[in-house]
Amino acid sequence: MADHFIEDKTTKVNVNLEGKEQKIDFNDLKSGGFIKQRQKDLFTVRLRCPGGRLSTEKLVEIAQIANKYSKKGVVHFSFRQSLEILYVDYKEFNNIVAELEKIGQKVASCGPRVRVPTACGGCEYNPNGLTDTQGMAKMVDEKFFGTPTPHKFKTSFSGCPIDCARTKEMDFGFQGVVEPVWEEPDCTGCTICSEACKEDAIVSDPDTGKPIFDPMKCIFCGDCIRACPTEAWKPKRYGHIVRIGGKHGRHPMEALEVCRFLPDEKVPEAIQKTIEWYNANGKRGERIGNAIKRVGVQNYLDFMAPVFKAIPAPFGK
Amino acid sequence: MTEIKANASLDLRGIMCPINFVKTKLKLETLEAGEVLEVILDSGDPIQNVPKSIKEEGHRIVEVKKEGEHFRLKVQKG
Ligand code: HEM
Ligand code: HEM
Ligand code: SF4
Ligand code: SF4
Ligand code: SF4
Repeated sequence: MADHFIEDKTTKVNVNLEGKEQKIDFNDLKSGGFIKQRQKDLFTVRLRCPGGRLSTEKLVEIAQIANKYSKKGVVHFSFRQSLEILYVDYKEFNNIVAELEKIGQKVASCGPRVRVPTACGGCEYNPNGLTDTQGMAKMVDEKFFGTPTPHKFKTSFSGCPIDCARTKEMDFGFQGVVEPVWEEPDCTGCTICSEACKEDAIVSDPDTGKPIFDPMKCIFCGDCIRACPTEAWKPKRYGHIVRIGGKHGRHPMEALEVCRFLPDEKVPEAIQKTIEWYNANGKRGERIGNAIKRVGVQNYLDFMAPVFKAIPAPFGK
Repeated sequence: MTEIKANASLDLRGIMCPINFVKTKLKLETLEAGEVLEVILDSGDPIQNVPKSIKEEGHRIVEVKKEGEHFRLKVQKG
């Protein structure tokens, strides 16, 4: 797909703007995010919207700019949550970028580097949410966006095991989890938790109604905690299941789970070191999942041990 | 367990999510804080979802009884 990335064409182009000869250096458009359309001279301008969140104020301003520059007056919501302004004439790149810059809106990136993170709504307003996915996406965007890697590097954050942000299909994905802990004195034996658990990790004792818990079946969703009327099920800790090496496309791959209950504050370190490993081990044009297949996941895990090893396993196992 | 007296009752058997919760909510709005509403819910989706929604809105589930395929809950308005 390299020939579709205009930033990979290292040419300066002479354009005739209103009778004056000007140069557009595609290398100056460092952020990328300009995608050639099938129509002559027309490009899609992809905006950088981490987690797919925009203030309504900014959305109104973007709408005005899109209305001015899209020859067809249309935008498209991309599959990675960015807003794309369609049918933009490349001769107007400088102008549209300047106008977007003025309202603080950046353009996204293409090519072999860390992409804009995606995220679901998370714990801020989604009833199932366990982690602040939006906050994490913002952090990753600020710290890592555009960092060069052997091939594209996509991250995402889901707030719970329902995994709306599809962490299993990301180069590096983070899915929210909670470790439930049961405290018998608060339990009335009502049996609601065994009904609430969709994983059959809880069955009710036939005599007392109290939960009999199978930790092997638990996927850390927290339904039992939310459902229990007396708070006998409590959250012990929150964190992320970390997955590596997933991808979409012609040859999809499912990511491998490499860590459980990584706390928020360790996420930047995990990404930093993973990029380091990828840059040291990945071949040019190779996704991290394929690099791991070729080199072996143990090599990666050994490298990551300083970050992952210290984290206690759930239920003390 | 001593029987808690209910000020009102709703039989929500056969009522789907989230209508069962909406009905519970509307009924609770007619009660005073501290008063108790009895609701009867099917097992499955309703019992998985309605109790947590009730808790999220600040009410207390003070009694739960399983009766075959359904549950009888007493909800104290928060
Ligand atoms: C109060 C309203 C709604 C709530 C709370 C809700 C919640 C959810 C949740 C939690 C999921 C993930 C479920 C799972 O994987 O088991 C989901 C998925 C989905 N919902 Fe809803 N939803 C609502 C309304 C709707 C409506 C109105 C539609 C469509 C008209 C819809 C369409 C979908 C679809 C298509 C999925 C599957 C998405 C996928 O797996 O890619 N939902 N919804
Ligand atoms: C300059 C052109 C391109 C840019 C900037 C670009 C960038 C991106 C971005 C940002 C995504 C995430 C999806 C989204 O935001 O909707 C994506 C997904 C994808 N693109 Fe491209 N793309 C380009 C061209 C192509 C071409 C030509 C192909 C196929 C030959 C392609 C194949 C894919 C596939 C398969 C995915 C899903 C991959 C995944 O999620 O792992 N892209 N691309
Ligand atoms: S992953 Fe969980 S928290 Fe995030 S939107 Fe889906 S259901 Fe909500
Ligand atoms: S966290 Fe989820 S899977 Fe685990 S016991 Fe509770 S309800 Fe079941
Ligand atoms: S829902 Fe809570 S009170 Fe009811 S049986 Fe389970 S732990 Fe006990």
